[in-house]
Amino acid sequence: MITLQNLSTGYGSHVVMQGINAELRQGELVSLLGPNGVGKSTLLRTLSAFQPALAGDIRIDGRPLSQLSIRERSRLIGVVLTERTTVQHMTVRSMVGMGRTPYTGFWGGLDEEDRRVVDDAMQKTGIAHLQHRHINTLSDGERQKVMIAKAVAQETPIILLDEPTAFLDYPSKVDMMRMLLSLAHGMQKVIFLSTHDVEMALQLSDRVWLMEDGHLTTGTPRQLAQDGSITRFVCREGVSFDTQSLTIQLQVNA
Amino acid sequence: MRERTFIVLLLLALMVLAACNMLWGSLSIPAGSVLQILLGNSEGDNPAWKFILIESRLPQMLTALLSGAALSTSGLMLQTLFRNPLAGPSILGIDAGANLGVALVMLLLGGTVTLGSLSLSGYLLVIAAAMIGALAIMLLLLLLSHSLQSKTMLLITGVVISYVTGSIISLLNFSATEEGVHNYIIWGMGTFGNVSLNHLPLYAFLIAAGLMGAMLLVKPLDALLLGERYAVNLGVNTHHTRNGLLLCTGLLTATTTAFCGPVSFLGLAVPHMARMYLRTSRHLVLLPGTMLMGACLTLVCNLLSTQLRPGSLLPINVITPLIGAPVILYVILRHEREGQL
Repeated sequence: MITLQNLSTGYGSHVVMQGINAELRQGELVSLLGPNGVGKSTLLRTLSAFQPALAGDIRIDGRPLSQLSIRERSRLIGVVLTERTTVQHMTVRSMVGMGRTPYTGFWGGLDEEDRRVVDDAMQKTGIAHLQHRHINTLSDGERQKVMIAKAVAQETPIILLDEPTAFLDYPSKVDMMRMLLSLAHGMQKVIFLSTHDVEMALQLSDRVWLMEDGHLTTGTPRQLAQDGSITRFVCREGVSFDTQSLTIQLQVNA
Repeated sequence: MRERTFIVLLLLALMVLAACNMLWGSLSIPAGSVLQILLGNSEGDNPAWKFILIESRLPQMLTALLSGAALSTSGLMLQTLFRNPLAGPSILGIDAGANLGVALVMLLLGGTVTLGSLSLSGYLLVIAAAMIGALAIMLLLLLLSHSLQSKTMLLITGVVISYVTGSIISLLNFSATEEGVHNYIIWGMGTFGNVSLNHLPLYAFLIAAGLMGAMLLVKPLDALLLGERYAVNLGVNTHHTRNGLLLCTGLLTATTTAFCGPVSFLGLAVPHMARMYLRTSRHLVLLPGTMLMGACLTLVCNLLSTQLRPGSLLPINVITPLIGAPVILYVILRHEREGQL
C-alpha cells in the first residue's frame, strides 16, 4: 500500500532521519515507537505531505506521493493531529461531516449519501450518542474520537494519527487502541500511529516501527521482542522487559 | 429552521431601520412628505426637502448599510483565518494601514482638498492608497500568522502596528498644511455622510465585489476552522484561500476606510453577535447573517449619530465603541472562563 524507499526526512538542510525503507500494508494497525525528538512527528508530517521528503520516495499503490494533487491526497490519506481543535458552536455531527469536504460541492453541503457515511463513521467510533453535543464541551478522549470519526468519514484507505492516546486516561487509551485495531481489520485500512504507550502498542498492534537515532527497525511485536530491539529501547537500571508476555517490569529498591 | 427564521428577522429589521434612517435625520421632515418625495410625487413638495432626502439621507443610509456589511464580513473572515476570536480589522491594525495610505495622499499630495470635493480620479487615488496600506499590513500579519494564534501576541502586534503608523501619520501632520490636518482629523472621526450620490455606485460596486468574493470562499473558510493542516488534508488549497481572503478583506476594509474613515470595533464585534444568535459555525449561514447584522447595526449607529444631538451629525466613532466594547469584553471574559485565552 505505502512504500518508503530510501526516504530522508527533515527541514531544509537539517536531516532528521535518512535511509528509511519500510512499507505499510492494508488491514494492519502499525505503531511507531521511539524516544522524544527522534523524528516520529517529522515522519508522520512527511507521510501526510505537510512537509516534503528531503530525498527518497514515498509511494502509495505505486504512485509517488509528491506527484498527487491536494485533492487526490485528500481522498487517500486522512489525518488526526495532536493539537486540540476548538471551534465555537460546532456540533460533533458537523465536525464529522467536515470529513466529507473532499467529496462535497462548491458550498460544502452534505447530500443523502454523505449523511449516511457520517452516521456510519460515528457508529464505528462509538460517538453516535454525542452527535448533537458541541465539540467544545467534550472531554479530550471524546474529542479525539470525533477527530477519528472525521477521518473515517473522509473514506480514505490510509489514516495517520500523531499520538492519539496522549492526554487520555488509561481506560480511554485501551479503548482508543481497540477501536483503531477494529477499524484497521474491519475496514481494511492502513492505520499508522505514533505513541509512547509501549506495552499497549506491543499488545495491540499488528506491526511496530521502532525508531532510534539513525535507524528504524520494523516487524511484528513478537519479532522485535525476540531480537532484543524492545529490550534495548526500554531497559534501564531497574526496568526490564519480559519478551514472553510483552510487558515491562519495574524493580523498586525500597 | 432557527437559522432561517433569524435571517428573515434580520432582513425585516434591516428594512425597518432603512426606513427609519430615511424618516429621521438632522432636520425634521414630515413622514408624509418623505413618502411622497421617495415615491416621486413631486406635487407641492419642498425642493430643499427633496434635496436633503435624495442627495443626503439616501446615500448616507446606503453607505452605512454597505459599510456595516463590509466591516463585519472582514472581521468574520479574519477571525476564521487567524483562528482567533479577537481578530478584526481595527484590532489587527489593518485599518491603521489603510489610514496611513489615506494620510499619505491627503496630507502629502493634496493638503487643500476635502474628500467630498474630490473628483473621481482623486477618489480612486485615496481608495488605492488605502488598499495598498491595508494589504501591506495584511501581508505582514500573514507572515507573522504562526505566532498570531496566541491571542496575546495578536493584540500586541496590532497595538505595535497602530503605534508605528500613528507615529508616521503624526510626522505627516507635522509637515502638512493646517487645512490638510483639519480635513484629515475630520475624516478620522468617521462618517457615513461622505459618499455623494455620484460616488455611491462605485462604492456599492467595490463593496459588493468584496462581499461576493467572501461568499465564494464559504467552503474553504469552514475547513480553515479546523486549522491549516486539517484544511489541507481535506483537500483545500490553503494558499489560494489565503490569497482570496487577503484580497477580500483588504478590498472591504480599504474601501470603507477610504470613504468613511476608520470605523472602529464593528468588524470585531458583529461576527460574535451573529454566532451568538445563529449558534452555528457554518459560513454559508454565518456570512450572510454577519452581513445583515452588521448592516442593521450601522443603521442604528447612523440613526443615533443624527438623533443624539439634534441639528448636528455626530462622528460615527463616538458611537461604535459603545456597542463594540461590551461585546469584546464579553468575548474575553468568556474565553478566560473556558481557559482558552
